[in-house]
Amino acid sequence: MAFSTEDLSTMDLIIKRYPRSRSAIMPLLHYVQSKAGYVTNEGIEVIAKLLQLEAAEVTAVSTFYTQYKPTPVGEYHVGVCTNTLCAIMGGDAIFASLKDHLGIGNDEVTADGKVSLEHIECNAACDYAPVVMANWEFYDNQTVESAKELVDSMRAGNPKPPTRGPNRLVTYKEASAVLAGLNDGLAHEGVQAGEPTLLGLKLSKEGK
Amino acid sequence: MSEMITVVIDGFEVSVPKGTLVIRAAEQLGIQIPRFCDHPLLDPVGACRQCLVDIEINGRAFPKPQASCTIPVETGMIVKTQLTSPVADKAQRGVMELLLVNHPLDCPVCDKGGECPLQNQAMSNGQGSSRFEGVKRTFEKPINISSQVLLDRERCVLCARCTRFSEQIASDPFITLNERGALQQVGIYENKPFESYFSGNTVQICPVGALTGAAYRFRARPFDLVSTPSACEHCASGCDMRTDVRRGKTLRRLAGEDASVNEEWNCDKGRWAFKYVTAVDRLKVPMIRNDSGELVEASWPEALAVAAAGLKSAKAAVLVGGRATHEDAYGYSKFARVVLGTNDIDFRSRISSDEERQFIAARVVGSSTTYRDIDKADQVLLVGFEPEEESPIVFLRINKQYRKRALKVVSIGSKESIAVDKLKAEFVKVAPGQEAAAIAAQKLTDKSVILVGERAAESAGALSAVAALADSTGAKLAWIPRRAGERGAIEAGAIGNLLPGGRPVTDAAARVDIAAAWGTDSIPAEVGRSTSQIIDAVNAGQIGALLVGGVDPLDGDNNQAALSALDKAFVLSLEIAPSAVTARANVVLPVAAVTEKSGSYLNWEGRARSFDAAVADSLNRSDLRILSMIAEEMGISLNLGTVTAAAKEIAALGTWDGARATFNSVSARPQPSLNSDQALITSWRRLLDLGTLQEGEEHLAGTARRTVAVISPKRAEAMGVVDGDQLKISTSQGSVTLSALVENIHDDAVWAPRNSRGSQLLVNLGVAHGAVVTVVKA
Amino acid sequence: MTKLAPVLSAHWDEKDSFTLEGYKRHGGYKAAQKALTMDPDAIIQLVKDSGLRGRGGAGFPTGMKWGFIPQGDNKDHYLVVNADESEPGTCKDTPLLMANPHVLIEGCIIACHAIRAKHAFIYIRGEVTHVVRRVNQAIADAYAAGILGNGVDVVLHVGAGAYICGEETALLDSLEGFRGQPRLRPPFPAIAGLYARPTVVNNVESIASVPAIVMNGAEWYQSMGTEKSKGTTLYSLSGHVVNPGQFEAPLGVTLREILDLAGGVRPGHRLKFWTPGGSSTPLFTDAHLDVPLDYEGVAAAGSMLGTKALQIFDETTCVVRAVLRWTEFYKHESCGKCTPCREGTWWLVQILRDLEDGKGTEADLAKLLDLCDNIMGRSFCALGDGATSPITSSIKYFRDEYIAHLTNGACPFDPVASTLFVGAGA
Repeated sequence: MAFSTEDLSTMDLIIKRYPRSRSAIMPLLHYVQSKAGYVTNEGIEVIAKLLQLEAAEVTAVSTFYTQYKPTPVGEYHVGVCTNTLCAIMGGDAIFASLKDHLGIGNDEVTADGKVSLEHIECNAACDYAPVVMANWEFYDNQTVESAKELVDSMRAGNPKPPTRGPNRLVTYKEASAVLAGLNDGLAHEGVQAGEPTLLGLKLSKEGK
Repeated sequence: MSEMITVVIDGFEVSVPKGTLVIRAAEQLGIQIPRFCDHPLLDPVGACRQCLVDIEINGRAFPKPQASCTIPVETGMIVKTQLTSPVADKAQRGVMELLLVNHPLDCPVCDKGGECPLQNQAMSNGQGSSRFEGVKRTFEKPINISSQVLLDRERCVLCARCTRFSEQIASDPFITLNERGALQQVGIYENKPFESYFSGNTVQICPVGALTGAAYRFRARPFDLVSTPSACEHCASGCDMRTDVRRGKTLRRLAGEDASVNEEWNCDKGRWAFKYVTAVDRLKVPMIRNDSGELVEASWPEALAVAAAGLKSAKAAVLVGGRATHEDAYGYSKFARVVLGTNDIDFRSRISSDEERQFIAARVVGSSTTYRDIDKADQVLLVGFEPEEESPIVFLRINKQYRKRALKVVSIGSKESIAVDKLKAEFVKVAPGQEAAAIAAQKLTDKSVILVGERAAESAGALSAVAALADSTGAKLAWIPRRAGERGAIEAGAIGNLLPGGRPVTDAAARVDIAAAWGTDSIPAEVGRSTSQIIDAVNAGQIGALLVGGVDPLDGDNNQAALSALDKAFVLSLEIAPSAVTARANVVLPVAAVTEKSGSYLNWEGRARSFDAAVADSLNRSDLRILSMIAEEMGISLNLGTVTAAAKEIAALGTWDGARATFNSVSARPQPSLNSDQALITSWRRLLDLGTLQEGEEHLAGTARRTVAVISPKRAEAMGVVDGDQLKISTSQGSVTLSALVENIHDDAVWAPRNSRGSQLLVNLGVAHGAVVTVVKA
Repeated sequence: MTKLAPVLSAHWDEKDSFTLEGYKRHGGYKAAQKALTMDPDAIIQLVKDSGLRGRGGAGFPTGMKWGFIPQGDNKDHYLVVNADESEPGTCKDTPLLMANPHVLIEGCIIACHAIRAKHAFIYIRGEVTHVVRRVNQAIADAYAAGILGNGVDVVLHVGAGAYICGEETALLDSLEGFRGQPRLRPPFPAIAGLYARPTVVNNVESIASVPAIVMNGAEWYQSMGTEKSKGTTLYSLSGHVVNPGQFEAPLGVTLREILDLAGGVRPGHRLKFWTPGGSSTPLFTDAHLDVPLDYEGVAAAGSMLGTKALQIFDETTCVVRAVLRWTEFYKHESCGKCTPCREGTWWLVQILRDLEDGKGTEADLAKLLDLCDNIMGRSFCALGDGATSPITSSIKYFRDEYIAHLTNGACPFDPVASTLFVGAGA
């Protein structure tokens, strides 16, 4: 795919956020993923040109961060937290069952291109363990069964909405645009907080 | 004088300048703290953690060992290295063990084995065996990161010396650290190889065998090599070098260390272009042309006799190329005057002018601008000079100051270059041939430095404007030729208007000086002919014999006339390999290549770069020795039997302290008018091109820059040309057809490399700068 | 008398708590208004007096950090908010930003005024799409309302998956568009931080605490907490407990008190080990239930308060498995810059994997500890140090369990027993 004039002007606006253009390299990589679904060579070359860098300097950055994917991921990229706490509380079992259920391994994509799978590190939702992320949206308190239902709904083209997130699950490309700092107008959707987040406040109001 | 700070290291006091790093203060005491990432010319990074030591300052101890490569000395500092601190010793041994966890045990087949900092320091500061019993990280091996450099990733200790060099010294960040953690690795962007002119330095500073050069890989063991300090013959930068020879054959060359010149770096041409010395077609025995016109082998006495007779038979002149050593050039200079009785000698086997010869006599000979002046300059002005292509160490030096203190650089030229971009230089764009006015408009101070290249001679009035600018501003001036021998040839008087030591031929006292020293009756008083005048004189029948040493007649813009002169005259050629001259010579005498002889070059600063023969058992004689033999044969003694004798004589003559030759200003020529399909050609030689000294170096040639024809966006639009289209550039002599590149170049100009594959302008077009050519879409 | 003291979390239970209207309903942006009328030095003094300490883990006094910024140097100054919350177990800034991003923006305005900065950057981890939306929308709304853009600009910078970027100098390199690897210090960020300009890097919770301090005064803040650890903070309880969640309480509360509020360890089980402040803080056991959870109390007991991430593990959990998994995390997140961390974590994982599988001998434990000794304090930054904490502390308290793996020839635990859905037919 080629970047359109409109894409290039969006990239220019991203660069203008910063006092020094090189700072834009990360949002631009997210932006490339929002267009191509992963970090393409074309994307690397465009970024290098816009920021007056060598392409090698861009790949040095893109390969450092795990969210930048060198190959295409699924329309719905599923991350199962297998860091210690989630793993012990069920993350390992969820990950194993999803691999089995989808017939793919870590960092692999289903043949229909719908779902990819990755075991991820702690995603800052430990009070909702075990946690599954899809396109980096929260799916809290998962079980083996709920996780299977989730990926099934994705493959059926009607993914369940996140627990704490918008009313529908956006695609990987759409999520990448959000990470590039573009506004998709969905910030107001979803809960302001889940129950565990509010637990202390609730107990305090109960005088505990 | 900077402030001195006294610290105690392992119980010994040492005083070092403020800002000195602990690791280097320790070196002053002879205490070697092991290290990998540390390099004195790169910014400290503290990554490998091998140099940990215990430090306390005024009684307050750091809670944990510190990296001595990142901490500057402070008053009241007490340092305990591995020699006196068990904690530091254990820390170092611990780090060493960790470094070896993922390092393969392939020392027996690794090129670095025997000269490997990891191997050496593992022995000196590690433990005998590893406790690691697990699985080592492995990579596909090796990978070519250019046609010249190979990377064995599993050997890499990730010290980042190579990536830091490429970024901080060469400004070529084509290699970077990629991935992270234990999978971190050096790499390129997959579509852009490590094609930096300075890539070989990364091989040299790699502390393990991760980076190797294709030319040396698997060729030798370090302990089988005999190393000789040498000087680079490829350009006028004057790099200190080391030549490594095994059984009479040069296997590799490395950058030597000279803080005032090349620091510890060199360019890839200097490092990797040396096979020409051992080329299969090297001339080894004298040859004479027989009656049927064929060159046949001859004995030395026979060849010398024919040579002497030929030179005696007619009025003779001397053409000596810009690659002669100072001593050899001196030999040619003396030979011309004493044996041939003429001032008809010129070392400029390239496009030159009378303006330039005057400029050389008035401004260049005896001048003393140095690298140090670049270090101190408030501004550097480049005129007709692309430092990265034409004198790479000058580029590194300017770049160092640019990176360190944003040194202002202004470049006057017709096409913006990669180096101009890297130096963020102010590019003053002029039409080819119209440099003089732009030079005159420059604002400099007495702290500025003007670096003018040999190509300035191709533009009438440019050198005159440079001289005037230097006079009016007090700026320092340096003339930087491409070839290693030119400055030495000037000082030796291998040019028609100068005698050795900068003595003007036109000065009677100077002539008396030299005649007395040489024990000859007199020196001709008339200024000698220049290269082009000599060629014209041969073609006009005024000169009948030529002594030619190391000249390629195709390097000038009058090359058709040169070839016909060679056909016409009696030609005595002193050469290392067959050439257009030997093809036409009556007598060919083989001479020693640079690695086979001793001598010195004067670099652009005028600094002597002396060297000994690296190959001890060569039977080849230096030009100087052969000239002496011819002189003997002609009944005159040159008294220059050895390089030492020549050097002594040069030193005894000293330099001229009388009046310098006057310089008559030359005006610029008006710009020719152009039709829409015409342009003014401009060009320069790329560092890596078809130069004769690079012959046979395929790996090196693979990293050369792409051959393109450059036109401006305006011209491209008018022609309907985009990048990659074919452009045909032609003159009455011929044409070249090249891939177009639309870049920042003067609208009236077209640029192509002067001597690259597919673009040998002097041969193909007969012009190289400022002449009108036709440019059309092919 | 309640142990809880919701300040940051006081209005999170309102559905629109994340909106500008919701925030303003409870006096939002009044503190910024007030602060802008104050002398910047007075704000720094106020924050110093409040006793607020960095909530990102190190506990450095926030006001003192601000005071390090050179004044009158005619250079741009920057505020950088560290929202790269990635320490295992840590989950406080993420819900805070989802529920109330405006409090952070208000804190940025006040902090920028104090340190004479015109530009603030919020570096948020990239794996939280909806939080990114919320913060971005809040910034847009603040601009639209004229709250931002009149002297202070705030830019949201989204990371891309690298724990090391929580280290402040790695964060700065990342924000400048480089690989997120830590920088040499000195120079410290206060002198040469973002773009080599004086920079303050603060955690989300630290900056979010500032508006309340400005509104209510240093004395009010000081009245909460312990002698050297003032104010309230978010304790994040997770793991084998009946009710996990966020508990905002004055510093110095104990785990026993929080567990009581949370309904205790899950029924039928007992506390085995826990982290006081994320995986990089040495483990505690049931012997530490009454340790006051403030900076001094936790340090005195041999660990660190860190991020107050209280991860609770009951007796069904294999400590070797837990530690191995954390070690795999450090190996995955090691930036690769320095030898001890890069190579050390590679090696540690292999030894621990063998131990977990019941392979090896007791001598491997000694090797493991010696290896930790060669990494701890030898690495470039604290990541390497952190990698050794779970190992050394677990061997200290559970050496027998390691040995049991060896004598058993395999892990003696049933991993299913420790899952939440044990017995649920999964």
